[in-house]
Amino acid sequence: MSGTSAPPEALARAGVVAPRPPPPRAPKPLWRSLFGDALSTVISVLGFAGLATLLPRLLSWAVVHGVWTGGAEACREGGACWVFLRAKARLILFGIYPPDQQWRPMAAILIILGLTLWSLAPSRWNFRTLAAWVLGAGLALLLMSGGVLGLEPEPTSAWGGLPITLLLTLLSLAFGFPMAVALALGRRSEMPVVRCLSVGTIELVRGLPLVTILFVASILLPIMLPDGVDIDNLARALAALTVFSAAYIAEVLRGGLQGVPIGQVEAARALGMSWWGTTRRVVLPQAIGKVIPALTNTVVVIVKNTSLVLVVGLFDLLSAGRAALTDPQWPEPYVETYLFVALIYFAICFSISRYTFWLERRPALGGAR
Amino acid sequence: MTDTPAAVRFDGVNKWYGDYHALRDVTLSVAPGERIVICGPSGSGKSTLIRCVNGLELHQAGRLCVNGVELTTDERSIDRVRREVGMVFQSFNLFPHKTVLENCTLAPITVRRTPAAEAEAVAMHFLEKVRIPEQAAKYPGQLSGGQQQRVAIARALCMNPQIMLFDEPTSALDMEMVKEVLDIMIALAGEGMTMLCVTHEMGFARRAADRILFMDAGQILEDAAPEAFFHRPQHARTRAFLGQISH
Repeated sequence: MSGTSAPPEALARAGVVAPRPPPPRAPKPLWRSLFGDALSTVISVLGFAGLATLLPRLLSWAVVHGVWTGGAEACREGGACWVFLRAKARLILFGIYPPDQQWRPMAAILIILGLTLWSLAPSRWNFRTLAAWVLGAGLALLLMSGGVLGLEPEPTSAWGGLPITLLLTLLSLAFGFPMAVALALGRRSEMPVVRCLSVGTIELVRGLPLVTILFVASILLPIMLPDGVDIDNLARALAALTVFSAAYIAEVLRGGLQGVPIGQVEAARALGMSWWGTTRRVVLPQAIGKVIPALTNTVVVIVKNTSLVLVVGLFDLLSAGRAALTDPQWPEPYVETYLFVALIYFAICFSISRYTFWLERRPALGGAR
Repeated sequence: MTDTPAAVRFDGVNKWYGDYHALRDVTLSVAPGERIVICGPSGSGKSTLIRCVNGLELHQAGRLCVNGVELTTDERSIDRVRREVGMVFQSFNLFPHKTVLENCTLAPITVRRTPAAEAEAVAMHFLEKVRIPEQAAKYPGQLSGGQQQRVAIARALCMNPQIMLFDEPTSALDMEMVKEVLDIMIALAGEGMTMLCVTHEMGFARRAADRILFMDAGQILEDAAPEAFFHRPQHARTRAFLGQISH
């Protein structure tokens, strides 16, 4: 037609076009991200202005005027009283456990930490590891309570701080998870009694605040039990945390169970596998793999929920920190103490979060699909 | 007729889904070593028929014997039958969280209590037979559909079944992968495995089947050797069906 050549309707290649490298990807410069358009510029300016206002004051309080050495007197004026943490670290970490015996909760923490690190790799999830955990948890409890091997007996009312937080978290998950599996499976059962019991338990526990459940376990349980039968206050709080964890984890697992196709069950049953074998080897691993993010969420909430045991008079990490603050010699360094406690909680929860993030990418838990 | 007991015997079997009558007085006898192909329009009861054989569906009237064991609602009878009957599904149903090798060894180790090393040797033998031993360490999601279905066949064979059920094994596959699965099935048929196969692959039926059944509305309308089935179908519905699927 005219001078411009229209594109051909089809371009039939005579041969195969050789592969070429893709065009280079130009990274977006930082200043373009921050000030590339009007909205970004406004947000950036506001952000920097906020930082410029807050940061100097924070640094002045925490670093420039921070008190790192000396005693209670040094903290009367000036900024952050970090020396308080140095003086009270043992009280915050171990509660009112007798100071000359504090190697025992320390050893208990190390046992739990060591076992946790050992069990991170899924290849170690076997009966030997489970047995190690049962032994380790038993040993940790034995160390804490004493009364054997020449150890002085220490009642649970003297326990406190980080061991309480770790033990409550660990044991409420250890007992709560199997219970959650039973509840989640029971909720999908074809047997009406099993299903109603599961639904009833889950809905009842989910419908109550944890504080209520803790009070019920702590106060009502001793009233309900026959005379002469007494359960330790720590065990009562643990029971409350366990049923609470179980109900929430059960609902998370139910979502995962619904996501496993019926064909998986049929394939396993057609191979002659039993209902339990199918559930344990085929359905549950896939269901758990599907809900790792939600499960992580629940576990992190459970870690922090253990701090509510202070309402029934137990000294977990947070309440031990508050107890340290009551020392009249010191000028009540609330912020410093809470920052210290927050840092420990954050370290625990962030580790759990990173670990499960790594876990969920593994193919054996569904990551390769 | 014969002295040897039938591998599978349906005797007036009926099955309902709610009010829907899915199998209507089905009577069928399959001799050991026989290869049966079942075809028919969708909803005709073909899948229900073979799913009854290993108790994935339970029949509600009539008698059904597999390998001399009568299938009842008793879990033990179902478990006994399932141990001798392998099944391959349309959608493969491999376990996605287990490697190819683990897919093949899971049931032998947990159901038959085979030692792990032996189960792995058997699994490798059958993976070689379906020509994908090099994929043993991979996960199902990393394989093509045809490869997955071949693993599914190997997985079923690892339990050393007397009878193999195939429920439309090639229907979910791309054209170029159908052949690699059918080749394995033809090889299996050549070894004398008792097979019940729901498929629309008439080339396979012609080559490998001893008998072809045509089902419609929950009934077996035609039961004939391939030659007679394709050239002298007795029933008008069969002729219409064959007319539709032959391109």
